Amino acid sequence: MAEASRSNAPWLLSGPGLVLFAALLGTPLILTVILSFYQFDYSIGGIKPAFSFENYRDVLTDPYFHKIFGRTFGVSLIVTVFCVLIGAPEAYILNRMRNPWKSLFLLVVIGPLLISVIVRTLGWALLFGGQGGISTVLQWLGIVDEPVSLMFTMTGMTIALVHVLVPFMVLAVWASLQRLDPQVEDAALSLGASQATVLRRIVLPQIMPGILSGSLIVFSLTASAFATPSIIGGRRMKVVSTTAYDEYLSTLNWPLGAAIAIVLLIATAIIIMSYNRLIERRYARVFE
Amino acid sequence: MRRNGLISLIFHTLFIIFIVAPLLAVVAVSFTGKGYLSLPTDGLSLRWFRTIWEYPGFIDAFWMSLYLGIAASTIAVAVAVPAAIAIGRYDFRGREGVMAVFLSPLMIPSVVLGVSFLRFFNQVGISGTFIGITLAHVIMVMPYAVRLVLASVTGMPRDAEQAAATLGASNWTVFRRITLPLILPGIAGGWLLAFITSFDEVTMSIFVASPETMTLPVRMYHHIAQTIDPLIAAISTLLMGATVLLLVLLDRLYGLDRVLVGKG
Repeated sequence: MAEASRSNAPWLLSGPGLVLFAALLGTPLILTVILSFYQFDYSIGGIKPAFSFENYRDVLTDPYFHKIFGRTFGVSLIVTVFCVLIGAPEAYILNRMRNPWKSLFLLVVIGPLLISVIVRTLGWALLFGGQGGISTVLQWLGIVDEPVSLMFTMTGMTIALVHVLVPFMVLAVWASLQRLDPQVEDAALSLGASQATVLRRIVLPQIMPGILSGSLIVFSLTASAFATPSIIGGRRMKVVSTTAYDEYLSTLNWPLGAAIAIVLLIATAIIIMSYNRLIERRYARVFE
Repeated sequence: MRRNGLISLIFHTLFIIFIVAPLLAVVAVSFTGKGYLSLPTDGLSLRWFRTIWEYPGFIDAFWMSLYLGIAASTIAVAVAVPAAIAIGRYDFRGREGVMAVFLSPLMIPSVVLGVSFLRFFNQVGISGTFIGITLAHVIMVMPYAVRLVLASVTGMPRDAEQAAATLGASNWTVFRRITLPLILPGIAGGWLLAFITSFDEVTMSIFVASPETMTLPVRMYHHIAQTIDPLIAAISTLLMGATVLLLVLLDRLYGLDRVLVGKG
């Protein structure tokens, strides 16, 4: 790579982008932080530019918000665990397939990432309804006697979110599998290791960085997901994103909405950074 | 290479069913001839696909998303190319920081971006305009553009450039005749990924879209929040069809797994 350079060429080249980001990302974020310290005046229905910690006190002490933040990060954790449990084995199986099956199924598994979240969520809404596919199948199998609906339930929301996000996990593990030398596995097998031992001692340690970085992506995307929780969870299963949306567009209490968003940003950042440090400490050498 | 055992194949089959089932449900419902949600048990019908044309709101929103995606990804790539060259070619103080800035929209929850843009556009008086939502999308898709262009900049051999420069070509000529063609797959892949990301974006857009700048996913979201009917399934089926076409194009152009690694 790279000629060491004292010239200002790199700054001139990246300048337009940096200016754009300072103006269009830096400024809006600062304005939102300022807004989150303002007050909403219900008597005039407008924003009162008086500095106070009121909104943050509400968000951090009100049990209503505790429940919403708890649900959001709880769902994120569950979704991440399920994505690891089904995504990592699937990536491993895909990697052992031969072409053309390998390419075909890779396309089927990760292609949905490019299909709108709205469309994928709509699919689950169709399957989850009382007259939907899942209810029909369960009744046919005799598992339930009457129509069941997974709409507006935690289970439904979790299933749909796992579906939306598991391709990221498959991709991350897939990427780390590409660096794995299949001969090491063969060597272990020929030296008498069982298949289970090979998986645990050879494969798992090497794909761990992929699983960890995949978890990070899945967790943070679940924590900020909006469309899926909103459509499947509805008003009964509010999460942070949908709560901020309601404050902005229904209640019109922008300062409170801004405070909710900022708390989400900071909480997510803290989780990501501490997780990153954990990974770096344990996998300093394998992690690029 | 070892083969997958029976248990692996059963697991794989279940996994694929899980991935495909909701998408098939959408497609199946969209071909119903009935006036309500149902499977097309008595023959396929295009009734709901014809009905789409009676809803100009969706048609307008489609064009809106298309123009928006083209504008945002073109601006993003135009800014990303010099930035990627700076990051990929020069070893300068603050290089990591510059990269972190361009990737930062991936780290910030979309809902935070949405409320921030909404407040900003209100303050500067471009709330609800096409310019506003375009600028918001430029920021949103920039990480994808930078990543893919950067990958092709760092992967590109330098000898042709050096040869051209030795033979007296100007900097601009070297860039235009040598560098640009060599990084073109990255630029095209980055543009397409940026376009798709912009076209599908909901969470941030829902805050900044006005009735005049309503994008297709936002319009679909509002429709689904009210009612789920075969009409929305028909629109979704068309969208999926278009996505599959783009996917094949992207695969031919750049290799899908490489593009999607950029997305993660």
